[in-house]
Amino acid sequence: MRTPIAYFLLLSAILFALGSASVLMRRNALRIFMGVELQLNSVNLTLVAFSRMHLELDGQILAFFSMVVAAAEVVVGLAIIVAVFRRTGTTDVDRADVLRG
Amino acid sequence: MPLDNVVFWVFAPLSIATAIGMMVVRNAVHAALFLVVNFFTIAVMYLLLDAPFLFAVQIVVYAGAIMVLFLFVIMLLGVDRGDPPGERLFGQRATAVILAVAIVAELATAIRAGVGFATRAPEGFEEANPGGNPAALADVLFRDYFFPFEVTSILLIVAAVAAMVLALRRSKSITQREIEEHAGDDLESYGMTPPGAPESMRERT
Repeated sequence: MRTPIAYFLLLSAILFALGSASVLMRRNALRIFMGVELQLNSVNLTLVAFSRMHLELDGQILAFFSMVVAAAEVVVGLAIIVAVFRRTGTTDVDRADVLRG
Repeated sequence: MPLDNVVFWVFAPLSIATAIGMMVVRNAVHAALFLVVNFFTIAVMYLLLDAPFLFAVQIVVYAGAIMVLFLFVIMLLGVDRGDPPGERLFGQRATAVILAVAIVAELATAIRAGVGFATRAPEGFEEANPGGNPAALADVLFRDYFFPFEVTSILLIVAAVAAMVLALRRSKSITQREIEEHAGDDLESYGMTPPGAPESMRERT
């Protein structure tokens, strides 16, 4: 493989930064959630790149588990967003302030 | 130029472009579609990194299942109009961009110090993958990581039940216990006729 490993890691760093910027910029809970998914994926890319670099499969296994946990997280997260939408009529996270002191 | 280099330099800019598109576009459905393309490009990166099993899983699980769920919820809630105008936290977008640039710079420094920009992955990944990548992964997964794998199944069941409980619309229904508690009550006090009552009683009520 001719492409240096660091390029994959840099790509993953850029994607992580874009994901976190997307989380910080948006107020719609679904958009924030998409940013979180992008962050999870960029970290998976790092895991697979390091797995290739060290010639071990454990990184790929960890990425696989991370995907499974992300699937469970998406299911519960979207259910929470739907429940909040039923209660408040919006997905704006600034409006979900019932617990504000 | 070797083929995998070409593939990388085609899909890496596409990946960054779709991520930026996901971030800036106003419509939530468009953002989700950008994210689908981004997940496909990440799947191609897995292929370049000799992980064909994760390539398939990425497409099936992320680009398929998870994004369909996202699009379904976006359209179910009808929130594809984008954010309402006007920032409530002043300067939040500028701060987010600055922090994103800072984290890229920091991670690039860390990568340069830890890995080096020119380091190529060693050859011989085929020896670590006897019988192909999926078979080798299965070996490791079911030998070394069997207990976490089983815990994952519990996690998935709990998540499915939790989603059902959270999304359940509470309906006003009576339980068997309430029926038994009120079994001896005088139904006439509720303005109802007991079942099997004579015709004369029905006419009275």
